[in-house]
Amino acid sequence: MTLLEAHDLTKHFPLRRGLFSKALGAVRAVDGVSFTIEPGRTLGVVGESGCGKSTTAKLVLKLEEPTGGEIRFDGQSLQSLDADGIRRYRKSVQAVFQDPYASLSPRMRVGSIIAEPLVTNEKLAKGEAKKRVAHLLERVGLPERAADLFPHEFSGGQRQRIAIARALALSPRLVVLDEPVSALDVSIRAQILNLLVDLQRDLGLAYLFIAHDLAAVAHMSHAIAVMYLGKIVEYGPAKTVAADPKHPYTQALFAAALPAHPDEKRDEIILTGEVPSPINPPAGCHFHPRCPHVMPRCSTEVPPLGVALGREVACHLYGGAP
Amino acid sequence: MTDQPLLELDKLSTHFVTARGTRVVKAVDEVSLTLRAGETLGVVGESGSGKTTLALSIMRLLPTAARIVGGGLRFAGEDLLAKSPSEMRHIRGKRIAMILQDPMASLNPLFTVGDQVAEPVRVHEHTGRRGARERARSLLKAVKIPAPEQRLREYPHQMSGGMRQRIVGAIAMSCEPRVLIADEPTTSLDVTIQAQYLKLLRDLQKEHGLALIFITHNLGIVARMCDSVAVMYAGRVIEAGPVRTIFNAPVHPYTQALIESIPRLGGGPSRLTAIDGQPPDLASLPPGCSFQPRCPRAFDRCREEAPGAITITPGHDARCWLAVK
Repeated sequence: MTLLEAHDLTKHFPLRRGLFSKALGAVRAVDGVSFTIEPGRTLGVVGESGCGKSTTAKLVLKLEEPTGGEIRFDGQSLQSLDADGIRRYRKSVQAVFQDPYASLSPRMRVGSIIAEPLVTNEKLAKGEAKKRVAHLLERVGLPERAADLFPHEFSGGQRQRIAIARALALSPRLVVLDEPVSALDVSIRAQILNLLVDLQRDLGLAYLFIAHDLAAVAHMSHAIAVMYLGKIVEYGPAKTVAADPKHPYTQALFAAALPAHPDEKRDEIILTGEVPSPINPPAGCHFHPRCPHVMPRCSTEVPPLGVALGREVACHLYGGAP
Repeated sequence: MTDQPLLELDKLSTHFVTARGTRVVKAVDEVSLTLRAGETLGVVGESGSGKTTLALSIMRLLPTAARIVGGGLRFAGEDLLAKSPSEMRHIRGKRIAMILQDPMASLNPLFTVGDQVAEPVRVHEHTGRRGARERARSLLKAVKIPAPEQRLREYPHQMSGGMRQRIVGAIAMSCEPRVLIADEPTTSLDVTIQAQYLKLLRDLQKEHGLALIFITHNLGIVARMCDSVAVMYAGRVIEAGPVRTIFNAPVHPYTQALIESIPRLGGGPSRLTAIDGQPPDLASLPPGCSFQPRCPRAFDRCREEAPGAITITPGHDARCWLAVK
């Protein structure tokens, strides 16, 4: 059964000038996004800054309330949950963020950082919590004595392990990973990615993996969603999308990804211009001003996300006549 | 293009010394490199490997605690280490230019873009106000900024990150330097904007026969852009050679692991080769080879004696005892 299902999810941030004046418009940060996450699988979300991927993560974490659409977890809509149900949901969905220097309190010992969710949610006795912390530290590859130290005594990679241990404390079923390796050194990234793969295999975790490093997303994910200006433009199995992207934006994005070897040949697709503002996105297909295959109808009609060639793609190139 | 190297580093060492001289950090330790006109050299390493200190040593822009303690640094046949500070000012920005990682930090928020692009031309070439303005406009056109006339009057905060980095590029190119050092120039940019910028640098290089030094932690940029590469670890170049040789037949276990730790497109969930442990603290390096505590193939000699540069094939060196074993 599907673990999490987002249906037509929308988040608009109103734009105001001054304190009391009316809204002037809205930033359409997330604009009608639908996806599913299966238990034990990884959905990768890629896109450039401002495409709405972090807002999507916040909606899934219930740190933001959607303007429209709904999220269903275990078949139940989040809107229909009572306070108790929401507490249970928050236990089942945990997060690891980009900067392990900012996400760990510098004044708490690592043991208390990891035990905090256990103490507040499960009211564990001290001895029991200590045992659980030791087990979690071992799980993420840190020695037991790490519990008595402070975050500043660890390197970036080790801090990210601590953040992962804290996320695992409540035995979640879904972990939102927002750029989990971007702040780490190259030789450490592979360690953390391997740890995440191992944990998924052993604990049956599902991941929502958000990153701008395409190769890392392609490596980690079972399915990939590509976002551009608040919308999903291509969505499908990771291998299909990465090996043979169809949307012109996905093609340009993967062509721009850096090669792993100097002999790796890529088509050179250099997009002109920059990502437009989500306050006033271009009419029709949001991508049409930068698209190398633009047609007359692209500037007037918004292409729907439709099934084509084993994935979903929102592009007039692959739709028949309307 | 002559065979004479444009830039030549010969066992260059830059050390940081604490106030009382009790602790010495060898940020750059006996680094030898050569660069010819029109060539692109990649310097790869993790944070703290000394790659930025190396760039600042070439520019002679080191902080006061750092000192070049040995070795040679020659540019176009001249000894840069013998230059006085005022002579260096005539070289810096004119014949050797640099681009830094964060464009917002390298632009002054209080001056218009036009003033900042025109400044090097006015200072180095004593061009008049109007002439410099004209040059600034053609430079913005060269880095493909739309509506340059209008942009010249604007301030840095009015532009996007990609555009700011282009402005920094225009400033660096303003006096037609022979060598351009780019220190992580695309780290703060989005993927498609990064691709635009790398192409721009390549076009500028082709047009002007520029020698480029790319300082990066990203082997992908090296694979796409560079002719040769030097891999740094704990202040030393542990392997250097032509890009294809290094990617196809790396000798040093650190280089091998770095190349294998990059996820590939179309890989799918699987394990990557990871390097255990973490980069060492430069103030307390392990005995022998500095990579030895993390090296899966270390043996007794590695723990006792640091290896020197060993030539594998002409132009390909590695500091590793495995190469002589």
